Amino acid sequence: MLRETPFHPRTAALMEGQAWRRWAGYVVASAYELSHEREYHAIRSSAALFDVSPLYKYLVRGRDAARLLDRIVTRDVLASKVSQVLYTPWCDARGKVIDDGTVSRLDETTFRMTAADPNIRWLHLNATGLDVTIEDVSERTAALSLQGPNARAILELACGQPLTELKYFRLTTGKIRGAPVTISRTGYTGDLGYEVWIDAAHALAAWDALVEVGTGYGITPAGMLALDLARNEAGLLLIEVDYISAHHAQIDAQTSTPFELSLGWTVALDKERFIGQDALEREHARGPVWRFVGIEVDWDSLERLYADVGLPPKLPTTAWRASVPLYVGGLQVGYATSGCWSPLLKRYIALAHLEARYGEPGTAVEMEVTVEHRRRRAAATVRPLPFFNPERKRA
Amino acid sequence: MAQTWDAIIIGGGHNGLVTAAYLARAGRRVLVLERRYRVGGAAVSEEIYPGFKFSVFSYVVSLLRPEIIRDLDLPRHGLEILPLESTVTPMDNGDYLAVWGDPDKTRREIYRHSPRDAEAMVEFGRLMHHMAQAVKPILGMIPPDPTSLSPRDLLGLLKLGRHFRSLGPEHVHALYKLMTMSSADYLDEWYETDVLKATKSASGIIGTFLGPRSPGTAYVLLHHYMGEIDGSFRAWGFAKGGTGAISESIAGAARRFGVEIRTDAPVTRVLLKRGRAMGVVLENGEELRARTVVSSLDPHRTFLELVGEPELPEDFVSDIRRYKFRGSSGKVNLALDELPNFTCMPGVGPHLRGAISVSPSVDYLERAYDDAKYGEFSRHPYMDVIIPSMIDPHMAPPGKHVMSIFVQYAPYNITGGWTDAKREAFGDTVVDTLARYAPNLKQAILHRQVITPADIERITGLTEGNIFQGELALHQLFFLRPAPRWAKYRTPIRRLYQCGSGTHPGGGIMGASGRLAALRILGDGR
Repeated sequence: MLRETPFHPRTAALMEGQAWRRWAGYVVASAYELSHEREYHAIRSSAALFDVSPLYKYLVRGRDAARLLDRIVTRDVLASKVSQVLYTPWCDARGKVIDDGTVSRLDETTFRMTAADPNIRWLHLNATGLDVTIEDVSERTAALSLQGPNARAILELACGQPLTELKYFRLTTGKIRGAPVTISRTGYTGDLGYEVWIDAAHALAAWDALVEVGTGYGITPAGMLALDLARNEAGLLLIEVDYISAHHAQIDAQTSTPFELSLGWTVALDKERFIGQDALEREHARGPVWRFVGIEVDWDSLERLYADVGLPPKLPTTAWRASVPLYVGGLQVGYATSGCWSPLLKRYIALAHLEARYGEPGTAVEMEVTVEHRRRRAAATVRPLPFFNPERKRA
Repeated sequence: MAQTWDAIIIGGGHNGLVTAAYLARAGRRVLVLERRYRVGGAAVSEEIYPGFKFSVFSYVVSLLRPEIIRDLDLPRHGLEILPLESTVTPMDNGDYLAVWGDPDKTRREIYRHSPRDAEAMVEFGRLMHHMAQAVKPILGMIPPDPTSLSPRDLLGLLKLGRHFRSLGPEHVHALYKLMTMSSADYLDEWYETDVLKATKSASGIIGTFLGPRSPGTAYVLLHHYMGEIDGSFRAWGFAKGGTGAISESIAGAARRFGVEIRTDAPVTRVLLKRGRAMGVVLENGEELRARTVVSSLDPHRTFLELVGEPELPEDFVSDIRRYKFRGSSGKVNLALDELPNFTCMPGVGPHLRGAISVSPSVDYLERAYDDAKYGEFSRHPYMDVIIPSMIDPHMAPPGKHVMSIFVQYAPYNITGGWTDAKREAFGDTVVDTLARYAPNLKQAILHRQVITPADIERITGLTEGNIFQGELALHQLFFLRPAPRWAKYRTPIRRLYQCGSGTHPGGGIMGASGRLAALRILGDGR
């Protein structure tokens, strides 16, 4: 049996179409309603409530906690401030990405790390000789993500404290229905949003409180289908979809470096020694071979391909996860790994790996589309990521 | 030396703004002049009662062209179209008919009323989808004149001919029926459930002075099917922030392209010199000059008021005089203390996030029309009700609600004229009729705004309060909109163009007229 998250009694009651899926050994909702459409729009227009409890969570404590994490991830943890949250990848010795997640500095010597994959072994392997304790708190910490323009108003009511001062990628503490919570201004939607970290014992009370105060603000429990559309618009990577963990890759060609994933901004090359540093320094000097970019499929071109067979364009209203070839001048120069029709932008967007020399925004490429069983190529353009970047995200 | 513009757009409604944005995007220096204190025309959101925002006039969207959303990057300027999935029709026997967003749910619901209709619905939907697809290219096309021998027109007609031939006989026949029949007759060929036919035929009467049994209404039905959201036809949406947010987003895009927008700037006259438009004169006497003048106002206002009959060819003047407006609809906007509780579906549920249609039978709608034919508002009107705050909570304070009621018929030419007393009587009729299905409605009302066709005309300038800038009747469409030989956004006055809904394809918050006009103007090298 798959495990149920601490919110399951509430989420199960909302489920209309038995649309569950797996996430890290748990069951979570794909969509609560029969269509994910309204849940998606809540992210962009009011507030969507996600159960993100299946994330792996580690508490790293001790005099050398910062040193350990700094040694593992590519960002500069030693320089981070208390209450700061870092989004970061981490790499193996060859500079190949193992996983990506967040590192939150709860106090001088306490950090919470979130990860998509189990990382406890990797943490221990690299902690030799350091004064640090590593605790897997995945099960006992429940997590909710509240995303959308009304997220702040709802959360302020639920925890009874103003959040206007809480900046993007910072965290604070508070109480919901008397239970202590950590609130971080983070998320996976590219919108204004927060994640709430709470002891699993108090999970249901927190859910109830949010739903109760949020109803007038359009709070809408939402599933992974909605989230997947939003993260495409936000240009956010998904492990095992957009890149393969260096720990899982079967051949070297399947791995990626942060530079190849266009995560160069997360690599602090001049900080203290960290895993993969030498390789990344060399790569930085010569420039990456790949870039991770946005692709927009040209509407007129797509419409023509479908008109050829007498059909209006078929649009991917849920995000796809597949490898789709990209061409320039008839030669394959890359592949898209995620894509969807953006209901907000009215554009067919995709996330893709392109040979670096084609990675400049504005470059014309072609993307394979299957139209009535036949492989065709639609005109497309390289776009900067994210596709959607509202001011409210950081404001 | 006065400033000279490449183009002056008269009227800051959505089409005027679309034209302005496209012209500026192509590098033109553009000025938009809006009479009111804000842009939007009939697509405005206003806080009529503190804390409550109303889409005062136009209230839903389906026809806004996706290419306009992309070309102008409207989401960056705040545009978001939220789904409006269901339609529930309360019945007089206490039952209801519902059409949901989910096809299985809908089929099960229709099956309850008629197993045959449940199946017919799928086939009907497929045919209408084909029809909408067949007509869609026309929407994006500058209409060719069938009486002209110019190469451009001939090419256009040829394209059109080829297109129709590609449809196949079955679809050509269906299209012919749609062009000629009444919506009630057309639906009779498909369905047996009266309340279903009534609710569907209601789409055929919106904005026209016709009843469901009047020939020609089947086309209006199709016009409403052409709404397209994300490639699926017949999808209605609600703009976050109300329809005013659509106008604001287009205005935002226009400004980003460098358009200057002046509000509180009513134009009284198009400045002419030897049959050429030179600019405009404002109410305060100020003269503004431009190489091109574009009017987004309806044909009556543009030609008979801003240009003036003496400046125009006689036959054109009579065509414009004959062009029919005949506003037939009104609007009631309510601020509510609590949600309406419908007897047929008590409590809060998904039905409150969709449309509530007061259309219990075809006879009911036809009788509503009978009243209007003889100069009265309907004693039992057709209504299309939505609760915008259920879709976008920003429309009202938390826990409170706004309700938008589109009402038909309310004839512009009402016996004795529209007075304050008559407006209130109309409002009472609307609330009384709806309260029969939701008895708590009256006590929940915090504020009521009643809008008659006379109010629509007075506030937005739409002649006779017609929401489409002229009826969507077959004799006023395509190469005849607004007048024969002048359906291509040009006018008998050189350098004066038209870009409002009174030109092809017209109607709804679509922006196609504005876009095609801009393309024509740019194509003319102006």
